[in-house]
Amino acid sequence: MRFGVVRFPGSCDEVDAVLACERVPGASAQLLWHGDPDLHGVDAVVLPGGFSYGDYLRAGAIARFSPVMESVVAFSRAGGLVLGICNGFQVLCEAGLLPGALLPNVERRFICRQVNLEVAQATMPFTADCSAGELLSIPVKHTTGRYYAPPEVLDGLETHGHILLRYAADGNPNGSTNDIAGVRNEAGNVFGLMPHPEHAVDPLTGSVDGLKIFSSMAHAHG
Amino acid sequence: MTTRARVLVRPKAGILDPQGVAVERALPALGFEGVGNVHVGRLIELDIEDPSQLEAMCEKLLANPLIEDYEIQAQRPDADG
Repeated sequence: MRFGVVRFPGSCDEVDAVLACERVPGASAQLLWHGDPDLHGVDAVVLPGGFSYGDYLRAGAIARFSPVMESVVAFSRAGGLVLGICNGFQVLCEAGLLPGALLPNVERRFICRQVNLEVAQATMPFTADCSAGELLSIPVKHTTGRYYAPPEVLDGLETHGHILLRYAADGNPNGSTNDIAGVRNEAGNVFGLMPHPEHAVDPLTGSVDGLKIFSSMAHAHG
Repeated sequence: MTTRARVLVRPKAGILDPQGVAVERALPALGFEGVGNVHVGRLIELDIEDPSQLEAMCEKLLANPLIEDYEIQAQRPDADG
């Protein structure tokens, strides 16, 4: 299993994402440059956290037009696994690969704290190594993380089980609709979440729960 | 000839606008009473040769139509009088 982590100008969590992927037994990871449309044959793509292109205009709005994103879109249409973390989630929403959008936090502040996430769906390929209802301790750090989707879209997400992670009871840090922390696309191969699983892979920082997202992806790949 | 254009981008009605709320709460603290319905958006100004492209520009990049409304104001320089 070979992960490719995209580095946009302004990304800041791509190195942590590479290190997290490499902690999965049998997996390797490499950086992909935003200006290079070649995905170098990776088996899964990770769009990392940060402030791609300065997040000018709207978070993720300009990154979606970078050369690598055309390839990522084609890769996802062909069934390739794509994980978007924080800014990567925003990019996937802007690119139309995931439904909805991320709005400024209700409290208007940058939030940086450990949160509990409830696994709403323990399914291949992103959360199969978790169990349904399990709590994952993973940090969030963002200003624009309030998930929003129009009511009719939201109904579909709920009905079809596309919401994989929710902020656990009374722990919604940003005002996300229905406590949504992470959603997948209809086909199931694209997943975006605001919390940072790549920052929860070492006991030194308090939790290794984030590793389950990366290991689930590796297991799904086989 | 280019046209000077302005694009106003606003949070869509019905979606909570925390910036607007913050400004609305700050004004009375400065003694400005009787202010309501405050929303904070973006103003984008540009010179453009073909203003018919503005709508597509808004749909693709300048606004996110899922969460924002946009209004195009375009005026040819010779129309200024």
